[in-house]
Amino acid sequence: MILKIECLTKRFGGIHAVKDCSLEIEREKITAIIGPNGSGKTTLFNLISKLLKSNDGHIHFNGKNITKLKDYEISKSGISRTFQDVRLFRNLTIKDHLEISLSNSDESIFKSLFKDKPNNAERIDRILKLVHLKKPLNTLVTDLSYGQRKLLDLAMAIAKPHSLLLLDEPVAGVNPVLREEIKEIIKNLNKNKGTILLIEHDMNFVMDLADYIFVMDAGKIIAHGEPAEIQSNKKVLEAYLGD
Amino acid sequence: MIENYLIHILILIGIYIILAVSLNIALGYTGLLNLGHIAFFGIGAYTSAILTREGIPFILALIISCIIAGCFGFLLVWITKRLKGDYLALATLGFSFLIYSLMLNLSSITNGPLGISGISRPNIFGYFLKSNFEFLLFVIFIAIISCMIMYAIIKSPFGRLLHATRDDELGLRVLGKNTIKIKYKAMIISSLFAGLAGSLFAHYNGYIDPTSFMLNSIIFIFTIVIVGGIASFKGSIIATFILFIIPELLRFFAIPSHVLGPTRQIIYALILIGILLFKPKGLFGRIDLE
Ligand SMILES: Nc1ncnc2c1ncn2[C@@H]1O[C@H](COP(=O)(O)OP(=O)(O)OP(=O)(O)O)[C@@H](O)[C@H]1O
Ligand SMILES: [Mg+2]
Repeated sequence: MILKIECLTKRFGGIHAVKDCSLEIEREKITAIIGPNGSGKTTLFNLISKLLKSNDGHIHFNGKNITKLKDYEISKSGISRTFQDVRLFRNLTIKDHLEISLSNSDESIFKSLFKDKPNNAERIDRILKLVHLKKPLNTLVTDLSYGQRKLLDLAMAIAKPHSLLLLDEPVAGVNPVLREEIKEIIKNLNKNKGTILLIEHDMNFVMDLADYIFVMDAGKIIAHGEPAEIQSNKKVLEAYLGD
Repeated sequence: MIENYLIHILILIGIYIILAVSLNIALGYTGLLNLGHIAFFGIGAYTSAILTREGIPFILALIISCIIAGCFGFLLVWITKRLKGDYLALATLGFSFLIYSLMLNLSSITNGPLGISGISRPNIFGYFLKSNFEFLLFVIFIAIISCMIMYAIIKSPFGRLLHATRDDELGLRVLGKNTIKIKYKAMIISSLFAGLAGSLFAHYNGYIDPTSFMLNSIIFIFTIVIVGGIASFKGSIIATFILFIIPELLRFFAIPSHVLGPTRQIIYALILIGILLFKPKGLFGRIDLE
């Protein structure tokens, strides 16, 4: 078990975006969180990566209580994530993005000036191949298409030293070809002992990808189990049809 | 004499290049809308003037001025670290006013509105820079070294983090970077060099008073950075030349001296507005702000 969430709760004014959520994520598995729009999936990710502060509950990662850590400390401790709406640095190139992601330090000015810079060319090349992003390294991100940005965002999360990868709707808005490609990328990461937690609200996409599925509705986990169990679960069907 | 006049302008340009490039580190590269930069310049000028008045050697006073200005840079981030955009601009403007009023009211050490006069010319290990020409060489030397250091910093991996902090602070934190620490470092570098420029200014002019470090001057250095281009190193340097030389051209028209000052302010304002309207990235800028 790599991640353990206990009784996590988040309220926005009167809305219970996440309500008393508990879940456990196994190592080297692909776990999916599914659920209709507004069910609290992204909020749950934001709580894990501390972009939001929970009202209640605990999060343990690699056996350590990380509930009180700051956002960047959580990231440093080994949780990488992507965003539903891709976040990139608009004036930086592909290379800049990956160089920043690969290093797990704040770059002391002194070291930055006087120590030999690590040669990341090979690692960058490997990661770009892994995500099938074929663009010159000095391309500004503003010159990338939506799909390419999505791939770069994924590449950054992979490049950042991590032991858990959180992907928020990795295929939302991408074309069917790229969708299959991204599916393969995720499978490959997992084959190389990657642990992945991903959000997707399309049930079909995760059925042959995930090892285990949690279903959220209105901030609560209403069901969990292996894909086959979820597919035939009445509560799940209701949540989706009632949407 | 035309040469003397030219030397005078070049000395000011050298000092303002350090001031403008250092502002660009905070404003352009890191995206901190800092209206307090002129206060660091003033702090450097006053520190150096006061210390040499008390008999501290020039070089030591210069170094201490940088350090004191750097400490105020640290302090300013400490106070404003949770603020962004307009709120940060207002808070840092408040900082400028605060420092200004300290200069004005701590009369026992700053001599209040009268300012400090008779500031000695630099004495570098026993060698007096008596002539303006010698002073110019010294300023060129310091400006080149300062620019080289700042250039190296912005081109380093740390410099990349400054750009990233400006473009998407939250995104950078999610990549495990402590952006507050990055802002501290950026602001300390920025203020340290502003303090250096202030010290040079005091020892060149021989006289300082609080009015040199007020709103007019803030607008002037902002104009330099914006005309040259946000996060454009070359831009800040070239714009400093342009903004010093254009008003000087007025002298060739027979403009009475008492309207020269206001005319200059009007020209700066027009240039600033013109750039913001027609070339918002500045002459050499490529940075795209949201
Ligand atoms: N910052 C916020 N302030 C107020 N309410 C919020 C905020 N973020 C999310 N919410 C609300 O919390 C609920 C859960 O939102 P969340 O984004 O987590 O849903 P989601 O499951 O990710 O949905 P989607 O599938 O559309 O991405 C929604 O009702 C949303 O309006
Ligand atoms: Mg979402």
